[in-house]
Amino acid sequence: MIIKFTLNGRSRKVDVEPATPVTDLLRETLNLTGTHVGCDTSQCGACTVLFNGDAVKSCTLLAPSLDGAALTTIEGLSGSSGSNRLHPMQEAFHENHGLQCGFCTPGMVMTAVALVTRNPAPTEAEVRHGLEGNLCRCTGYQNIVASVMAGAVAMNEPAIGE
Amino acid sequence: MSNIIGIGKAPRRKEDFRFLTGRGNYVADVKRPDMVFGVFVRSPHAHAVIRGIDKTEALALPGVQAILTGEDVAADGLGSLPCGWGIHGADGLPMKEPPFPMLAQGKVRFVGDMIAFVVADTLREARAAAECLAVDYEVLPPVVGVLEAVRSDAPLLFDDVPNNLCCDWELGDKAAVTAAFRKAAHVARLSLVNNRLIGNPMEPRAAIAEYNRGRDHYTLWTTSQFPHVVRFLMAALVLKLPEQKVRVVAPDVGGGFGVKQFHYGEEAVITWAAKKVERPIKWVADRSEGFVSDRHGRDHVTEAELALDENGKFLAFKVTTLANMGGYLSTFGPNIPTNLYGPLLSGVYTTPAIYCNVKVVFTNTVPVDAYRGAGRPEATFVLERIVDVAAAEMKIDRVELRRRNMIARDAYPYQTPVLVEYDSGDPLGCLEGALTAADAAGFSARKAASERAGKFRGLGFSTYVEACGLAPSRFAGRLGARGGLYESATVRVHPTGQVTVLIGTHNHGQGHETTFAQIVSDKLGVPFDGVDIVFGDTDRVQFGMGTYGSRSLVVGGAALSKASDKVIVKGKKIAAHLLEAGEHDIQFEAGVFSVAGTDRSKSFAEIAGAAYVPHNYPLEVLEPGLEEQAYYDPINFTYPGGCHIAEIEIDPETGTVTLEKYTAVDDVGTVINPMIVAGQLHGGIVQGVGQALFENAVYDEVSGQLLSGSFMDYCMPRADHLPNMTVETHSTLCTHTPMGVKGCGEVGTIGSPAAVINAVVDALSHLGIHHVDMPATPNRIWRIIQNAAMQQAAE
Repeated sequence: MIIKFTLNGRSRKVDVEPATPVTDLLRETLNLTGTHVGCDTSQCGACTVLFNGDAVKSCTLLAPSLDGAALTTIEGLSGSSGSNRLHPMQEAFHENHGLQCGFCTPGMVMTAVALVTRNPAPTEAEVRHGLEGNLCRCTGYQNIVASVMAGAVAMNEPAIGE
Repeated sequence: MSNIIGIGKAPRRKEDFRFLTGRGNYVADVKRPDMVFGVFVRSPHAHAVIRGIDKTEALALPGVQAILTGEDVAADGLGSLPCGWGIHGADGLPMKEPPFPMLAQGKVRFVGDMIAFVVADTLREARAAAECLAVDYEVLPPVVGVLEAVRSDAPLLFDDVPNNLCCDWELGDKAAVTAAFRKAAHVARLSLVNNRLIGNPMEPRAAIAEYNRGRDHYTLWTTSQFPHVVRFLMAALVLKLPEQKVRVVAPDVGGGFGVKQFHYGEEAVITWAAKKVERPIKWVADRSEGFVSDRHGRDHVTEAELALDENGKFLAFKVTTLANMGGYLSTFGPNIPTNLYGPLLSGVYTTPAIYCNVKVVFTNTVPVDAYRGAGRPEATFVLERIVDVAAAEMKIDRVELRRRNMIARDAYPYQTPVLVEYDSGDPLGCLEGALTAADAAGFSARKAASERAGKFRGLGFSTYVEACGLAPSRFAGRLGARGGLYESATVRVHPTGQVTVLIGTHNHGQGHETTFAQIVSDKLGVPFDGVDIVFGDTDRVQFGMGTYGSRSLVVGGAALSKASDKVIVKGKKIAAHLLEAGEHDIQFEAGVFSVAGTDRSKSFAEIAGAAYVPHNYPLEVLEPGLEEQAYYDPINFTYPGGCHIAEIEIDPETGTVTLEKYTAVDDVGTVINPMIVAGQLHGGIVQGVGQALFENAVYDEVSGQLLSGSFMDYCMPRADHLPNMTVETHSTLCTHTPMGVKGCGEVGTIGSPAAVINAVVDALSHLGIHHVDMPATPNRIWRIIQNAAMQQAAE
């Protein structure tokens, strides 16, 4: 079937089998391999993307559900391609050593962006609760939590002058 | 020169950008033209005879390219998966080493054992054919626990391995220990289980293999911590191919923790199959597949006895352990519960006599091998637990008992009674630092506050020492290592003075691209941004033993340091020629070669330029070019150590243990990048906390099925399980590594399980509890509390 959706700010039209998980569509068909698959029970969150602005584990979505929707993956988070610009949340992960092997990182960053969009000034406990659907085996989460707290501040900076 | 970022600084990581923007290149991301897909058929039974495999129906399905089984392996005369260690028992005889075929032959020995490899045009077709493969099993009774496996009536995994006993190993002076126990004022005794763990790096294992008939050349992309070792073991010993005809690439790897430091059968099978189908083959493990095929860790049953005099001085320590090896010997398998366990039983204490007996046992479970810490967390757990038991029994304060027995800072180098000689350390300094950082003095007030809220609060201590920087080859060879454990590095200076380092270690989260660039920036005075680190490709990097055992900085960094020194030596010769001075008058500092006592100088980049454009160059005595290589084999292990303090609270209504505070003061030697070291400590500590509170690999004793086979059943630590930790370093320098480094990759995992469980036991001590096995789950703790209440009511 043909589906039309907005992917990282650009409209896309794709012919897919209806039973295709969005992870497969992204990774195999569209060559967007930044969205990772770390489990087969929707427990790890490595495949988290923004689906109409919500953090969703893309292994739980089938491709037809994208029709008419807006999807953002890690590749599109900082805006259009062709530059080394980072989203404030990506920058915060870099600055606070919020990643080691990098495998959980795309999912963590997407979850964090959605979390801060809903709750612009989260407490540490709220950040920890908000990340409980994303597994990381490297960092012990401490620097990820610090990154999200810093990223929240940075994401809200433009609003300070208003 | 500007932008030198040297040792001790904390530049942000060079490798971050690609990971933060989804541009990492993990094996599962690799696509090759005309690629087909492979699926492994795995045994659903823990123990069974394979009576026959009928491929007919599966081969007839659409898209199927090949189905390979153990019979095909035997027909091609391929070798079995090698074990890298050959240890000897107390009787002097070599360990029992049954073959480990890459696809099962005749029998399966664990749930997940590989039966066949199915290759098809699409993954869906490969899966469909795998489902259809008809395997006729004669199911046998399995044995999954070590205590059961050594009984005389236990099922035997191998006909020629009586009692399923691989090796009955010992270390230490048994007679001295027996004599010391006779004169002891007190003997503390403890039985414990060190729970089986599954490492679960977030990236599942994967491999892609490709054969080029024109060049008779193979390429294997694999999720490996040591691609050169995979090439050597697979090419030379399993597939019997010339090594130079095989390229192994381990690109970005999503965490290892030991799980990816073995040569797996999947790697050999897919490489062998790639030639048969003459198309690139891709295999990516499901997480469920990883649970039943990634090598597991720990799994000990131990009896320990500590003899003390009337003042609490340790006189002797005796440990008897049954260690589970699973169904076959994995790459490092028998080395872990023996050589990496017994020599650590001295800890940071002056115990004069130690004896350790380890029975290494086969069972119908996934093979057990190294997992972060590997043997050393197990040793630390036994020792630090029994010290607490002894303190409680002798009514001596736990910290005071430790102080009385610690090796003094000025007693180093310190020869233990169990092989190893510690070069440096300051256990007491770490202990005192940790007591302050953890506000141990304020604990009683916090405990009182918890009590007012109806909660139990506990404080737990663990000191530790580990042997890492694996390893001095000569020493390891005496212990049974079949390979060397050195490392190599090449420093390739380009004509502009930029640098590429080719190194045999593998970076899968540890930040090597940053740390190693800092070392080069520091040594050669070149900009940090002008140094790139290349690893993980046998066609690009000369050789290497890879990354495990906290060895990358200690051994690889030393090779890099040596190679950098060689660059400076050659640079001085070039500079002497250009500056018309004697070689011995040339000084090198911060990227500038100068003639002592003059203002004449040449920059590093100028010297590099002269080496590649040798118009004015001493060609008679010096080769052009500026590239140096070094191999480094350490003369001893390094011995990081430290003190960890955990503070927990128990809700007696639910049995839930909450980690409230965690403090670590570690001696890791010289710190190159404190930000990266802290990150290693955080992650290591949480893996140990995971063992203590959450994680447990559980097998059904009757069926041999893995019951904890998914993230829904195997509890991984999550962000909301944990507090912020306090990690500090209290460093003494290693006396034999070039930069004084000791390594930091495993210390967190080694110190933390004992600290957490000691805190849990402390919180329950008013109930008469003296030990709690891991993991301290709500269920286990609630039962302990209920049983204690019933017992008290009965009394």
